[in-house]
Order: sequence, then structure tokens, then C-alpha cells
Amino acid sequence: MVDANSRAELTVDAIHTAYGLSQVLFGISIRVDPGECVALIGRNGVGKTTTMRSIMGLTPPRQGKVMWKGQDIARLPPYKICQLGIGFVPEERRIFPELSVWENLDIARRPAKAGKQGWSEPEVFALFPDLEGIRDRRGGVLSGGQQQMLTIARTLMGNPELLLLDEPSEGLAPLIVEQLRDKVAQLKATGLSIVLAEQNLEFVLSLADRVYILEKGEVRYTGTPADLRANQDIVKQYLTV
Amino acid sequence: MTLTVFLTNTFYALALAMNMFVIASGLNLIFGVLRVINFAHGMFYMFGAYIIFTVTKTWGAPFWIGVLASGAGLAVIALVIERFLLRRLYDKEHLMQLLFTFAIVLLMSDAAKMIWGTDQYSVGYPPALKGAVRLGPTIVPQYLVFLCIVGPLLAIAMWLAVDRTRWGRIVRAATQDREMLSALGVNVPAVYAMVFTIGSALAGIGGALAAPRIALAPGMDATIINECFIIVIIGGLGNMWGSFLGALAFGFVVQFGTIFVPNWQDVLPYLLMLAVLLIRPWGLLGRPELSR
Repeated sequence: MVDANSRAELTVDAIHTAYGLSQVLFGISIRVDPGECVALIGRNGVGKTTTMRSIMGLTPPRQGKVMWKGQDIARLPPYKICQLGIGFVPEERRIFPELSVWENLDIARRPAKAGKQGWSEPEVFALFPDLEGIRDRRGGVLSGGQQQMLTIARTLMGNPELLLLDEPSEGLAPLIVEQLRDKVAQLKATGLSIVLAEQNLEFVLSLADRVYILEKGEVRYTGTPADLRANQDIVKQYLTV
Repeated sequence: MTLTVFLTNTFYALALAMNMFVIASGLNLIFGVLRVINFAHGMFYMFGAYIIFTVTKTWGAPFWIGVLASGAGLAVIALVIERFLLRRLYDKEHLMQLLFTFAIVLLMSDAAKMIWGTDQYSVGYPPALKGAVRLGPTIVPQYLVFLCIVGPLLAIAMWLAVDRTRWGRIVRAATQDREMLSALGVNVPAVYAMVFTIGSALAGIGGALAAPRIALAPGMDATIINECFIIVIIGGLGNMWGSFLGALAFGFVVQFGTIFVPNWQDVLPYLLMLAVLLIRPWGLLGRPELSR
């Protein structure tokens, strides 16, 4: 089901993805327009992370296409997909524990597209001021909130045009989640396209332009946050634990 | 033991240690980044020694050209092995990698016999370093002084490269989480190929540097690979300064052991390893895996 909307920057077209013998995605299709924030929601284990890993090339889909700006990237290695402008912020943060905060940022550094204002240390530290004071601290000793800021900052250093944000609010204190929401809103305001996977419904509804609800590796519902708010049955059926 | 004997042996221990460090640091680098235990490292060392023999003795080139040729030759061999064969095994279990590198040992061992035969060769000190140096009450060969300088220089160069350059940061990140690193735009397979190539070139250079002080013969690879493993394990797997300390400990134990307990000479390095592992199972400068 390739969308007729040619504005789309990213089109995930009926992908099937498996880890070894256990298939997780059964024909997921999603679309992201430039500058849009699209949310993937659903309970644990429905395939949100796997969808992101499929887009990033970390777990390539067995079937289906991932079209990025008109090119099928589904069989490319992750580093090429990153170089084409997609940045991945994993749920587990995956800070390099033995590297300092600054070193974590430095290895992810990639030049911005010509003519664009790119991300480097000053911009990253302006967005996450807390990181500047701990730039020489080892990644392994940071708090959860600091690690979450760093993992987003690190991915921004690669100057992505699309950000895959996997469960950023997971395990963070409510106050930190609130700060994080503001940061993501700021990123969105810069024109960055975002795919956001979340369990925290409030977090999602305040940021997303469109929402896909996943269950058992399939898309079960698509709509705007307003549609979803109006439709409590859907929320109960797919999201309430 | 007189002071002169003590100083002389201290010096020989240092020279041996620094030569061993050049070789072991390559094995350690490869293990630290790729997590591959390269049994062929000793064979790479032997090829380095044979290559410098051919380049300097048969072709008559200067010693330094021979050292470069050994390094470059092993770099090429390693790159071919990594690109076409070894890279297919990174995701496989360690046993597969061990068997593979052991197969490389067998292949290269026969190749060496076909190229160089089974005769014993010697290379001799390079003309510029043939002399002797007075060191306090003792006189030592210039060439061994040179080895004592090369070791620390290499250690400092490696430390700068790994600790102070972006390339080194990427290499360190690859030891911690290669999947994440690739998602951040780094071509991790290319990093692996480069590390394997550099580490193997160090074996070749180490072999070339050792050639003037040893006899070149089939089987010289087997001794050295055991000794390199001992050094790397003593120092702590993957830790460069650990290998440096391990090489020093090895050099002193072997040199002084030969004097005091000559009958125990072959066992002493193993006893040293045993002693270190009993006290610090993760090596002198290594860290327990759990802290990662």
C-alpha cells in the first residue's frame, strides 16, 4: 500500500520483520511527511521498537520496502542509513559507558547538509544545558535522565533529518519527562521529522501530529491525537493495561 | 650477583620485554576491539621475521626497508584474511573463530615451508646499530638499546592514537557497542578491518625487529603465540598499558629465571601467569567484565 501522497519523506511499506524464527511485524505500513511528528503507540511487545530497528537497518525487514526520499533503504547497512539522514535514539539509551559525555558526542559527529544550520557542541549544550557541566564525566555513571538527554544529543550530532525516538520517557521521573517533552517540542519546531514510540499517552498526544496504534505487529488504528482523545473505546481496547 | 651482572641482565630483560610488547600489543588490540583470539598472530610474527630475511639478505635492501616490508606484507595478508574470511565469523561463536585462526596457522605454516624451506636463518644486527654502548659498568649491544627505545615510543603512540584522536574514540566505542556505533553512522566493518590490519602489522614489525636477536626456523611461531597470550592475560585483556606491564614482567621473569633457575626457564612464564591470575583474575590493569 504505497501512499499516493508524494510529499512523504519516509514510507514504510508493508514490512515483515523477524528475529530468527519469531516474526514480530506483519505488514506494517507507516508514512512520515517532512517536519511531521508521528507516534507509534501500543502496549509492550507490539512491534514499536522492531519497526524502528527495521527502518534503521538494525533488524532489516524480510519483506516490504522502506522508502526514504524516494530510495529503498530496506537492505542498506545501518551506517549508510544514518548517513542518509535518519537518526536513531534507542530505548535503552546505549551510551558508551567507558567514553566521556563529550566523547559520546564526538564519535557521532557528522556534517550537516549543505546550507543547513547543523548541530555541534554549542547547539547541543544550548538545548541540554545540563550536559555541558558533565562533559568529562564517563557515560556509565550518568543518571537515567542525563543518559536520555545525552543519547538524544548524540544522535543530533549526526544532523539527522528524521529522528527515531524510542520510548524516551521510559523510567524517568515525571519532572524529567516534562522537561524532555519540551525538548522534543523544540526539536519538532526546528522542522525535524520525528517518529516517536511511546507508552506514555499524554507525552504522545501533546507532541504527535498523527498516531499509529500497533497490536501484534500490525497497525490497528491511524488518526490524529484529537481523534484518539474523542475515541476512548480505542484507547481502552489497545492501550489500557 | 655483581652489580654488573645485574645491570646487564636488567637491560636484556628490558630489550626482550619491549620486543615482546610490540608483538603482544597487536594481539591485544585485535582482541580488545574485535573480541577475536587470533591464534595466527604468532605465524604473522614468523612471517615478519622471514620477510625481513628475504628483503635484507636475499635482495640486499637496508634493514629499515625490511622492517617496513614486514609490516606492510603482514598488513596486506591480514587485510585479505579479514575482508574475505574472518569478517564472516564475527557473529559466530568463539570456537569457530578459534578454529578458523588455527586453520590459518596450518596454511601459513606450510606456505612458509614452501617459500623458505626448513633451514635455519639469521639476519644479524643492522650496520648502523652493530656497535656496543657503555651503560655504567656494563657494555650492551646498540641494537638492544634501540629496542628499549622503540617499545615505549610505540606505547605512547598507541596511547595517543587510542586516547586522543577521534579514530581512537571510535575504536573504543566499537569495543563497547558496535551496533549502536553503526547506527551513529560509523562503518564498523571498516573499523574492524583497519584494527585487524594494524594489529597484524605489529606482529610483522615485531618479527622483523626480533629477527636480529634470534634464529629463524619453523616452529618459532608456536613459542611466541604462547608468550604473547601470557603477556596479554597478565596485563588484562584489551588493556594496552596492561600489555606493556605484562611484557615487562615477562621479560624480567624470563631473563632472571634463566640465571637463577635455568631448569625452570620454560615453566616460569606460566607460573608468573598463574600467580597474577590467582591475585587478580582479570589481569594487572584489566577490569572485571561485570563493571561494563
